[in-house]
Amino acid sequence: MGIPTLIKTLPASGSTELAFVDGAASVTFDSTYDEYMFVFTDIHPENDSVYFEFQVNSTNDAGGDYDTSLITSTHVTAEHEEDNSGTPFVDVWTAGDLAQSANDQRLTDTVGNGSDESCAGIMHLFSPSSTTYIKHFYARVQQYHAGNRSICSHVAGYINDASYAIDEIQFKFSGGNIDDGVIQMYGIA
Amino acid sequence: MAMTLITTNTDTPGSATDSAFTSGIDNTYKLYIFKWYDVNPGTDDVNFTFNGSTDSGSSYNVTKATTHWSAYHAEDDGYAGKGYGASQDLSDSDDGTAFQPITGGIANDADASSAGELFLFNPSNTTYVKHFYYTANSYKNDSASANTFTGGYFNTTSAIDAIVFRFTSGDFTGTIKMYGVG
Repeated sequence: MGIPTLIKTLPASGSTELAFVDGAASVTFDSTYDEYMFVFTDIHPENDSVYFEFQVNSTNDAGGDYDTSLITSTHVTAEHEEDNSGTPFVDVWTAGDLAQSANDQRLTDTVGNGSDESCAGIMHLFSPSSTTYIKHFYARVQQYHAGNRSICSHVAGYINDASYAIDEIQFKFSGGNIDDGVIQMYGIA
Repeated sequence: MAMTLITTNTDTPGSATDSAFTSGIDNTYKLYIFKWYDVNPGTDDVNFTFNGSTDSGSSYNVTKATTHWSAYHAEDDGYAGKGYGASQDLSDSDDGTAFQPITGGIANDADASSAGELFLFNPSNTTYVKHFYYTANSYKNDSASANTFTGGYFNTTSAIDAIVFRFTSGDFTGTIKMYGVG
């Protein structure tokens, strides 16, 4: 991995979403870097049992509602109950993947909103400024599940929009605000 | 600020059995990355493990809830597969304060070793549990490649201020580096 350069830190405080938009608020999200890395720390939801997720806008939907970019992805989870009940497992989680869908991409299963509960992880997005190829991403996110379970998600896929650059990305929960936490955006040359 | 090398621990034959990081884990960085290279145990068929501390390394016994799975393939093509490692995960009610196995049964052949990286998120916060995950690849004592994946959290609201790596038995050689990001 190249040395990451910190581009922007967005703290959450009752935020409906955290978005990084090229050219806004000192965000660089263009061909300057081959890879962008988003680090999520102590992401804590207002609501209990909600998914942490993302979507993007391409340049042909600038300022859009993050609902037009088609994603195809895989999502694998490893799960283990705190009280060791049930059988721990690793498996494909089909409710967390997408197939040519403009829905939000889930980065976690349902996160708890208990006072000490949160999720954390890293997402990599490759060559978002390309106007030739689809845009690949992968993420690994560790969470405190609403059912008092440790879950580690491995998510990977691509944004099936070869002709247009991606220069806006939004992170949010499936319901309620992001009450606490920080997302940092890095560029890797 | 971006990614900064904080500490390098180099273990040599006959040196201490622990590779401990007891300073520099604080609120300076949001993310700490530990990378280990050419870690070779002095004893055959032992697990490489780690644990955290809330008292600057006086004790390493923080409760954890973790998952562990792996993909593996023998050099002679005798076996290959993937699966969940229920004997190598931890939970609050199942030996949660024990050391977390990174890879089991590593060989101590002259050319055998393990390499990998551990990500620890915001260990100094005193509100939330402390999430971590790692990926490692190891040379097993039955001459197989094992790629292991663990995620979990230190189930405490106390700050984690020290991390230690050790094998289940004996000393080891190798280098472990700690970086700060953010």
